Order: sequence, then structure tokens, then C-alpha cells
Amino acid sequence: MLLIDCPHCGPRDETEFRYGGQAGIAYPTGETSDARWAEYVFLRDNPKGWFRERWFHVHGCRTWFDVERHTVTHEIRNTT
Amino acid sequence: MRFTFDGRPMRGEPGDTLAAALLRNGVRVVGHSVELGRPRGVFTAGPEEPNALVRVGADPMLAATVVELYDGLEAWSLRGKGRLTPDAADDRPDDRRCDKGYLHCDVLVIGGGPAGLAATAAAGRSGARVILVDDQPSLGGDLLNSRVLLDGAPALEWVAGLTLPARILTRTTAVGYYDHNYVVAVERRARGERLWHIRARRVVLATGAHERSLAFPGNDRPGVMLASAARAYANRYGVRPGRRAVVFACADSGYTAALDLLAAGVEVAAVVDPRPAGLTVAAEVPAEVLAGAVVTGTTGDAAGVLTGVLVGERHFEADLLAVAGGWNPAVHLFSQSQGRVRFDEGLQAFVPGTSAQAERSAGACRGLYGTREAIADGHTAGTEAAEAALSSRTALGARAALGGRAAGSRAGETGGTAGSRAGEAGGTAGSWAGEVGWGVAPLRVPECDEQPLRPPAALWVVGDPVPGGTEAVEPAFVDLQRDVTVADLVRAAGTGMRSIEHVKRYTTAGTGADQGKTSGAVVVGVMSALLGAGPGEVGTTTFRPPYVPESFATLAGRDRGELSDPVRTTAMHDAHVARGAVFEDVGQWKRPWYFPRDGESMQAAVLRECRAARTAVAAMDASTLGKIDIRGSDAGAFLDRIYTNMYSTLPVGACRYGLMCGADGMVFDDGTTTRLADDHFLMTTTTGNAAAVLDWLEEWHQTEWPDLDVSFTSVTDHWATVAVAGPRARQIISVIAPGALELAFMRYASTAVLGVAGRVFRISFSGELAYEVNVPWRYGRALWETVLELGAVPYGTETMHVLRAEKGFPIVGQETDGTVTPQDLGMSWIVSRRKPDFVGRRSHSRPDTARADRKRLIGLLPEDPAALVEEGAQLIAGEGAPSGGVVPMLGHVTSSYRSATLGRTFSLALARNVAVGDRLTAVSGGAAHGVTVVEPVFYDPENARRDGDPLPAGVAVPYQGECRAESPATAFAARFGAVSTETVRLREVPFESMWEVRGADPGVGLRLGPSWWFISGNFLPGPGWVDVSDQRTILELSGPGAEDVLITGCPIDLHPDVFPGHAQTLLAQTSVLLERRAPDTYRIYVRSSFTKYLAEWLIDALAAL
Ligand SMILES: [Zn+2]
Repeated sequence: MLLIDCPHCGPRDETEFRYGGQAGIAYPTGETSDARWAEYVFLRDNPKGWFRERWFHVHGCRTWFDVERHTVTHEIRNTT
Repeated sequence: MRFTFDGRPMRGEPGDTLAAALLRNGVRVVGHSVELGRPRGVFTAGPEEPNALVRVGADPMLAATVVELYDGLEAWSLRGKGRLTPDAADDRPDDRRCDKGYLHCDVLVIGGGPAGLAATAAAGRSGARVILVDDQPSLGGDLLNSRVLLDGAPALEWVAGLTLPARILTRTTAVGYYDHNYVVAVERRARGERLWHIRARRVVLATGAHERSLAFPGNDRPGVMLASAARAYANRYGVRPGRRAVVFACADSGYTAALDLLAAGVEVAAVVDPRPAGLTVAAEVPAEVLAGAVVTGTTGDAAGVLTGVLVGERHFEADLLAVAGGWNPAVHLFSQSQGRVRFDEGLQAFVPGTSAQAERSAGACRGLYGTREAIADGHTAGTEAAEAALSSRTALGARAALGGRAAGSRAGETGGTAGSRAGEAGGTAGSWAGEVGWGVAPLRVPECDEQPLRPPAALWVVGDPVPGGTEAVEPAFVDLQRDVTVADLVRAAGTGMRSIEHVKRYTTAGTGADQGKTSGAVVVGVMSALLGAGPGEVGTTTFRPPYVPESFATLAGRDRGELSDPVRTTAMHDAHVARGAVFEDVGQWKRPWYFPRDGESMQAAVLRECRAARTAVAAMDASTLGKIDIRGSDAGAFLDRIYTNMYSTLPVGACRYGLMCGADGMVFDDGTTTRLADDHFLMTTTTGNAAAVLDWLEEWHQTEWPDLDVSFTSVTDHWATVAVAGPRARQIISVIAPGALELAFMRYASTAVLGVAGRVFRISFSGELAYEVNVPWRYGRALWETVLELGAVPYGTETMHVLRAEKGFPIVGQETDGTVTPQDLGMSWIVSRRKPDFVGRRSHSRPDTARADRKRLIGLLPEDPAALVEEGAQLIAGEGAPSGGVVPMLGHVTSSYRSATLGRTFSLALARNVAVGDRLTAVSGGAAHGVTVVEPVFYDPENARRDGDPLPAGVAVPYQGECRAESPATAFAARFGAVSTETVRLREVPFESMWEVRGADPGVGLRLGPSWWFISGNFLPGPGWVDVSDQRTILELSGPGAEDVLITGCPIDLHPDVFPGHAQTLLAQTSVLLERRAPDTYRIYVRSSFTKYLAEWLIDALAAL
């Protein structure tokens, strides 16, 4: 059970959150090739190690925020 | 204490375990092994027991060594293999009330032996919040089993003299150690187990060590027992585990056991020590010591019970063989925490190596076996843990105190700072003995009479483990519960297996209920010999939770029966029940499926309900549709980006049907959205997607377009909605909401409904004249009853589905499955070409999405008008069932109904490469039906029915009666009262107005999020305050036991240093806003649809206290 530090509410159990996948995936604007668009919709990194990802405090303050989580140890560090 | 074993009456002593009582009564054979049927007796005195498994009452399999004896206990030996014995449990209702609870602490100490006690004392006196869990009924750990003297007095006197400023949970086994110092422990209570979820800043593991056995021929006879167990039975329970003993001492603890057995009146025939003569302390033990010798076999009587021990050529008569094979630190929890173990050559055991979490092992679980050493180590560990925990707590507290950072306090109050602890101590669960820890004198490490310990023998198996080696004499067991022998390991190695994990799965060693606690080290040792590698290279198998077996009843706790999954109900639910509705589950909601009249079949009821809606007037409870209040100057622009069609141009007072897609272009949800004002919309969603759509809106707003001025408030539970449909719907509206009489199609009016402020939308999902009439939740039942009294026929979801399918309206989740675009549904008309962008737009021109041969929505008419094609049936070309071979599947049937209006059956389907007029075959199971493709609109394609019948002549009389308000908790008032006690009181707080506010701080209320406030009470609402008075019900828990109730379902820390006074969090299985109004008084604001569920849960929680 991860303990996730919500920037508004402080540390709460994982069960209060919804996972939001990889962080920093920008919505493509302007002319976008089929390949570039498919990459945006379907492709995400899956590293072994530190991973910047989004969480949503769905049962609390309903804030989206980013954390860095180590995918092997589950260690979490906040990003600011 | 009287008890029975296999029906035989016996007597035991208070404090006995069942195993101790059985030995007290001379029971040597407790059961027979599963695979080989060999007799087995008590082998250990703790949870590592592989042999003495028994059925007790309704519990099918427990280790007799951990069952506390009680008067009237009935136990049976186990028979059969892998299934319950036929006579078990059926006639014994399980009346236990299992429960759970959440705890938080600075330091969690696991294990109440010398190290754990010292750690607790040290951590507690520093002011840290400390929890100590220990699996025994009383503290002391191995000191309970020993005769060791501390400062010249019995060790338990030292234990009794300790000051332990901590919450102490005895009879509590830590069974799982998960990420971020989350430890799950099971407390055994007579009325049912309690599963504790404990989050700790630091953990001190003081789990002790398990003595191990070793493999030698005949090592499984009843009478062979671990030396530590023999010592425990003699010292702690006053039970002689035999009359004449041989001690097999691979470690010095064997000599201690020999002395203890002698003191208990057991004759010791010999001590067999594999170590050379110079290492023994023979002079101290008045018995023959055979140095450099090993036990080579055992002899038994006709029943297989031990009669003697072979040491080479010599035979010693004995009925007890006490085996001291050495010690294994109990690294199970350490290893579960992802810490890495390493093999210590000096100790010949695996010990904690690298930590992965904020924990530290102390005492015997890291190989410090001496009592004094363990106390000193525990003291250091406890001190360090408390220092580390308190410094991280201070850091967090300081951050929480920063203005605007944390969830704020109620306006006008000042929040407590991290340092303020005074005045919070009380007598309940919420208080911490730790509060009195300040100023306790430091612990002094006592003197101990133990001898220094010498290295154990590195011996795992007697004789050479080679094919034919030990097998010739008698099996030498490595895993008693699984009947795995040295010969089995030899075979495994012979197949070429090198990995200990493979060997485990091949031989099943370590897979029993004891999870190899006594066998693991032996398996590693024997494999080490077979492979010619050191035990450290062989390694251990993975330690997984739970540490000891737990029942599903324990894990389920109170989440069983009606409470196993929350049920959401509408304001009209009780009326539906009274009317005999048959319900269907839609998400967590209970929705009326149909309303059968006396003896009516579903088919007849649905046909009747459909006929009423098409020819007269009918009504449905539509309260479950999601409703989202959307405000802000950019609300229209935001909706343009979310929906496929245009909303910014929608006139005020108009409703529009919309589709929204995922980024992949697939249909995600649909519904009507109405413009209430320039900067104010009300969105409706499907019942099942309400939460997901709100999440979706917030995700796009917060993560992509934070610059847009728009905010979202769920009002699903604020409004109760009745859909009134049918050509005569206008007559009902003229009575209940005359202000809405002139509404045009797709228009909205804010108007009085039954005299209360309501909203009426003229939208239709059936093609008939229809209104969706909304009143605040508390008036929902009155509205429903009135509409029915006025002649509307109640209809359920099945009729709603038939009516919309006749009109060809798709249902998200039925016609769509995440692979369907708006174009696939034939709804290109709703996909704007004028807008620059909306979510999913770019995906609609991807090659795959744009290709011509995609499945599209079609209508089907079966050739036999009475034949109902099964939903999910596959469509194939041509007529007749396939005669074999591979037949291309063209699509599948998504909806299928009998239509009262059409007088026949019909279906909707998704299919590729078909055209109107094509004849296909629908195949499902053994049935094949010929069907013809038609346009997917079966009824009134020109929308002639939309405006219904005109109001008959004569003046309609507006409703004159009273519109009765009823809270979802009203029906619980008496039960709340009945379950309340002096300690804890439960009641509903009378109705209060409530608002949610976004944006700037309104200056009152509770802060819920970065720019989100909640206000309840008597206020004149400001501009932009969203009325949510009916969205939540207010329940109040008060009294010194209130927190004891809350911790059984609320995962957050309620300690005054941490809890800011209010929080949105979980309680049981639902979201709540929890507010502490006074030290012992909590308000629970719960969504109205979850109120019945939470009320039942709270009543159950109070009853379980
Ligand atoms: Zn939060």
C-alpha cells in the first residue's frame, strides 16, 4: 500500500487515489502526423527505475499532481 | 478446563495451548501425515508447527501450538487431503465478528521479547507514538519459556517492571509487511479476529528466531521435538514432554534445554553433540555427553511412537528426542519488506542484510541470541527509530503549518501546530500511552546469567545425501508437513534442478500451511551439500505474506453480506420496494428493472409498461443519471473541447444531446447538457459513468487547460429525477409543474414542482412527449408518489431500453464497447466540422478509424417475428446455420427486444459490409435465426410523436397537497438510537443548507481543495455558491468511543497532531467528508445515495464494538 504525498492533503493511502499514467505527455496541437498522433494516444514509457507519473486524489481534494516513483522499489519522491 | 480431542474428554490448565494440553494428557499422536500417513506428534511450541494441525470448532485447520485452550473446546485430528472432512463445520455456524482497524504510529515494534520490549521502552520514553504487537497472550517472548535470570531474578519480573509507553496489542501477529511501512497484523479475539492496518514511520523488527531441525533417519516420529519446544512445555506450561530424553545438540541451546528438562523431572539419557569434544560444556549437564556424534536413527513402537534413539551402534531408550539444530532468525517480515538477507557463516543462518524500507531488525532476528545482547540491541533500535520518526514528523508538521499549504481549518479557528500535544490525552483508542512517555527513566540493560554462546555445528543432514544413501535405513524428512525427504531432494538435484525455487515447486517442500518455517533451512542445507555450493549461494525461497495462515473471514471482516459492496439507492427506493419492483444492478446502483403486477411475467410487465408510455403516460426514476454543475466564463468553450458537437452557441434555456470521445476517438459517454445561464451549464451523464466523466472533465481542465475559467460540481445526489413520458405527459406536468407547461422540445425551466424549487427539462429518450422533472433529493419520493397517483404507470430500465431501441438510440456500454466511434453509430451529424478541435477529433482521421469497412450500427428484423435473438449473437452472411468450416463473422447483436408497438421482435447490431435488405443469420449457442438488415430506427422516424397530445379542455388544477421531505437517513432514526450507548452515540444531524464554492475563498466553511470550499449551516449564499444541500446527509458520531468506530473504516490518521480537523477521505467503502466538531464529536457528510449503506455499516460497527 503506497503512501502518496498529495500536495494539498499530505500523505494518504494509495486507495484514495487514481493512477494517471506517465506524466508530461503534452497534447499535440497543430498539424500532427498519424504516427505522431498514435504515439500520443497509445505509447508510454515503461522504465525500470525512476518514473514520473500522474496521480489524482479522487477521494480527497481532487487534485492532479505528479510524483516520481521508482518502479522497482516503489520509493516515491515528489516533483515540484 | 475441560476439552475434547477426537471426542475424548480431557482436562487442561488455564494458559495452556491446545498442544500443551494434549501433551499434558499424554497424547503423542496428534495426526497422520498427508502423503505417507505416518503418525505425527507435537513438534514445536509456536506458529512454525508442521505436524499438530487440528480442526477446532468451525476452523478447519489450526496449529494446536497456537490455539489457546478454553473451557469446552472441541478439537479433532485432521483426516483426508485437501478438503474439509464431511463432519466439519456444517452444523456449526460461524458466529464470530471479524473486524479491521487502521492505526498510525511513529514506531511500530513487532515482537514482545527482550529486544522488542527494550525497543518499545526506549522509543516510548522519547515521546514517539509507539505500537507494540506480539503474538502471545502475554509479553516476554522467549523469556516466557525460559528460566534465565535477569539481575538475579526471574526474567518475567524484569518484564513486569518495565514502563512501556505504547499501545500494546497482544495475541496479535504481524502477517504482512508491504510498501512504505504498511504492516498488516491479525489480533486474535474470542469474538473474531481483527485485522489491523498499521502505517508506521519506522519499524523495529524483533521477531526472534526459530529453532531448526535437521534431517536424519526417523526424524518424524511422535516424540521427536525441537529442543526449544520441549523446554517451553517444561518451563512455561509445567508439562513434561517425555519421561526420558535424548538431546541432539548442534547448538548450545540444546544444553539449556537439557538442564531445563532435568529441572522439570525429565531424565536425560544423553546429549549428542556433533561438535568436537573441546567445545562442549559437559561438566554442567549431569548426563552422558557424546561429543563428535550424531543421531543416526530412531526406534518406535507398533504405533510408530518413539521408543529409542540410535547413535551409531548405541541405542538409548527414550520417549523424547529434543533436537537443537541451531537457529534461524525470523527474517520473514524483513524479507517481505523487500530487504535482502545474507548468509552468516558464523551463525550458519540467513540474517537481514540490506534494508529496503525504514526498518531495523533487533535481537535474535538479526542473530543476537543472548538475552542481554538482545535487550541492548533493542534499546538502541528503539531509540534510533524514535529519533528518526520524530524528526520526519516534525518536518511534515512544519510543512503542514505553512499557510495555505494543508487542508485548512474551519474559518475563524486556528489550527493546532505540530508541537502542541497537551490536553489531548484521553481514555480511548485515540489516546496514546506514549503521551506519558516523557520523563520515564532510561532503561538499564540488566545482568544475565547466560553463558556466552559458541558457534553451532554446520550440520543439516546426517549421512551423505546421495542416491541410496539415507534412503536405505528410513526416510529422513526435511519437510514434515509435506512429507518431503532427503531422497526427494536428491531426485530433484538429479533432474538437474539448481534453483531453490524450482526445487520447492518440484518437491512441494515449504508449500505447506507452515510455509517451511522448520524446513526451509534444512532444504537449503541439503541442497547446498548436493550442489556443492555454500548455503549463501543456494539462497532462500521468497518469503511471502501472510506469515501465518489467515482465514478469508478475517480478511473480509465486516465487509460481508449486505455490506460486501456498497449499494446506492435513490430517494424513491423504498417506494419501489413497496411496489414490488424487480431491481437490476447498474454500477453500484439498484434500479427498478420492471414493476410486475400480481403474478405478471417480466415479458408481460415490460410490454404493458411500453404500451403505457406509447399510448398514455408512464414514469421512471431517472435519479441515477450523473449530474454535473459546470460554471465559469469559459464553460461553453470547455464543453466545445470535450463534446464532439457545439455548446458555446447553445442558447440559455436550451438542452442539447452530446457525445464525448476519448483521445482515441471512441465514444466514451453521452447525455444532455443544458445552458442554465451564460456561464452556467448542467451536464447529465450515463448512470454508470458519472464518476468517470467528472474525473475526465477535471483531468482535462487541470492538466491541459488550466487557463480556462471553469469548475465542476457533482450534483447527482442533490437532485431526484422523475422521467414522465407518453402522449399524456402534459396532463401530469399541468398539475405538478404548471410553470413548465409551455416548454418547447429541448428546453428547460427553473420552476416550482409541487411547490418546491425544481427544474424541468423537456427531453425524451423514448420519442414520446417527455419531461425530466427534478426536485431536491428529499422531495423525490413525494414527487414520485404524486406522479403515480396522477395516473402514470411506473416503468423500469428494461422498458426504457426497449423504447429507446425502437427509436434507434444507442446506449453507451451496450451498443458501444470502447471500439466504436460516433461515425460507427451513424451519428456523423453530431461530430462538428466547424470546431477547430475536440477530444478525439484527430483520431477520427486515423487510417484505421476512417476506413470504410468498420462495423456500423444497423437494425435487424428476425424472419420469425416471435423469435428473440440473443444479445451477443454472432452475425454471418447468408441463410441457415453454418455447416462447418470457417465462416467470417460480420458483427454481433447488441440489443434485442420484443416490441409492443411493432408487435414483433427486433434487434440492434454492429456489423461490417452489410446493407439494408441483406439477409443474415444470427448464431448463438445452438440457435440460428434468419434476420434482415434494416435502418436502425423502428418507430416514428419522422418524430411525429414528439409533442404528444394537447391538454384536454378544462383548467388543470395545480397540485395543492403538501410536498413531504424525507432524508435518506430518516428511516434509521430508531435504529441509531437503539445502537447508541454511553460510549458512542450515532444520530442524523437535522437538515442544513450546504454549498460548494470554487475559486476565491468565501471566508467561511471547510477548505476541501486548492480552490474548493464546503459550507454548511445558515448563510446567505454568495454568488457562485452551488447549492448541494441534498447531495450529502450528515451523520454524527459522538462520545469517547467515536474514534474506535471510525478507525474500523477510515484509513487516515485522526491524531490531533496530524488531523487538520476535517478531511475528504474514505469511510468503509465510500467517500466521505469527515469533520471533527469537538474532541469527541465527528460529522460524517456522506453522499445521499450511499447513506443507507453507510448507516447500515455504522450500525454494524457500533454493534461490533
Ligand atoms: Zn489531496
